[in-house]
Amino acid sequence: MDFEKLFQLIVAASLINNFVFTRFLGLCIFFGVSKKMETAVGMSITFTAVMVISAALSWVVFQYIMVPLDITFLKIIVFIGIIAAFVQSADTIMKKVSPALYYKLGIYLALITTNCIILAVPLINSGEGYSFLESMAFGLGSGLGFALALVIMASIREKLELADIPAPFRGLPISFIIAGLIALAFTGFSGLITL
Amino acid sequence: MAHTHKSNWELIKNGMFSENTIFRMAISLCPSIAVTNSLKNGFFMGVSVIFVQTMVNLTVSLIRNFINPKIRIPIFMMVIAGYVSLIDMSMAAFARPVYKQIGLYVQLIVAFASIFARAEVFAVKNKIIPSVADGLGMGIGFFLAMIVISFFRELLGKGALWGFPIVSGNPLLIMILPAGGFFAVGILMGFFNWVDMKMAARKASAETTG
Repeated sequence: MDFEKLFQLIVAASLINNFVFTRFLGLCIFFGVSKKMETAVGMSITFTAVMVISAALSWVVFQYIMVPLDITFLKIIVFIGIIAAFVQSADTIMKKVSPALYYKLGIYLALITTNCIILAVPLINSGEGYSFLESMAFGLGSGLGFALALVIMASIREKLELADIPAPFRGLPISFIIAGLIALAFTGFSGLITL
Repeated sequence: MAHTHKSNWELIKNGMFSENTIFRMAISLCPSIAVTNSLKNGFFMGVSVIFVQTMVNLTVSLIRNFINPKIRIPIFMMVIAGYVSLIDMSMAAFARPVYKQIGLYVQLIVAFASIFARAEVFAVKNKIIPSVADGLGMGIGFFLAMIVISFFRELLGKGALWGFPIVSGNPLLIMILPAGGFFAVGILMGFFNWVDMKMAARKASAETTG
């Protein structure tokens, strides 16, 4: 496994196939928590960590349990179970081990279980047939890409509070249009790396 | 929301308009942009969601008296994941070309906030018929939103509908690009807000003068 391939995978997942702007996943969270920089940063950290770990866990279960037993058609149910169990245990462990961190990031953890962006990572990994390290690299890249999107959006929306927007477009509609403009910028990354 | 007193028709209408998943509640937004670059994809996504939402509401309502409230969330997840797997496999078998484009998003219906929310706030507390009506209404509301968005995007972006060319000339390529999806949803949402504000203003002025 060469390092170069992993690096390419991270860049591709975070910039070229950015989850928010080219795959359109995690939009609910993207529009929901991008009002303030602080929550956006907390959310990005939690998301990236959960994505990498759940990618690794699901890979192990998929390769060593589901493929030998020939039950890959159950992957949707199994993956969502793995993520729910992992998030629940992370929640409990964090509460015991590091209450300070728990009070900062705990509320984001609760929101994660039923989020499409987390579930998409193991689904894409198994669909593309990535190896263990590649799966984790893909999880990391996707997490970083999501974090980048959230931070850009949060910094724009904080400024937006002062802008004079036509009344019907206040709130969500204008956020969508801004997201469209950022997405336009992100299309510039396509062709940066050919995998 | 406890036991509902609304008629079934009111429940369906509620899901279609006043609590429309995409334009009013602004949840389950991912597919509204991801699969609306052509009318066909939007249509199949909408139909899948109508099916899953209705069946989940039906099932949850049927077993509502046997669910221990403490473990209801895992149970709902299993019910939803079961139906999603069903539609995922049927689509993979019968609509291969469409599945290749929207397969990932069909699988991700399992993480839809709207489906889970209806099971949690409605189906688990109500009888079977109203639950089915509610699910149907919510599903149709989502379906309509998908149709409206994909209609405009395919017409403007490709000059075609359902793959058939309608107008010739240079289409606005941007509308079928990822960015166009955001623009389309943003502008439509703004438009519906504007209609709402006009109607509210008319109602208010009618009340003050009348």
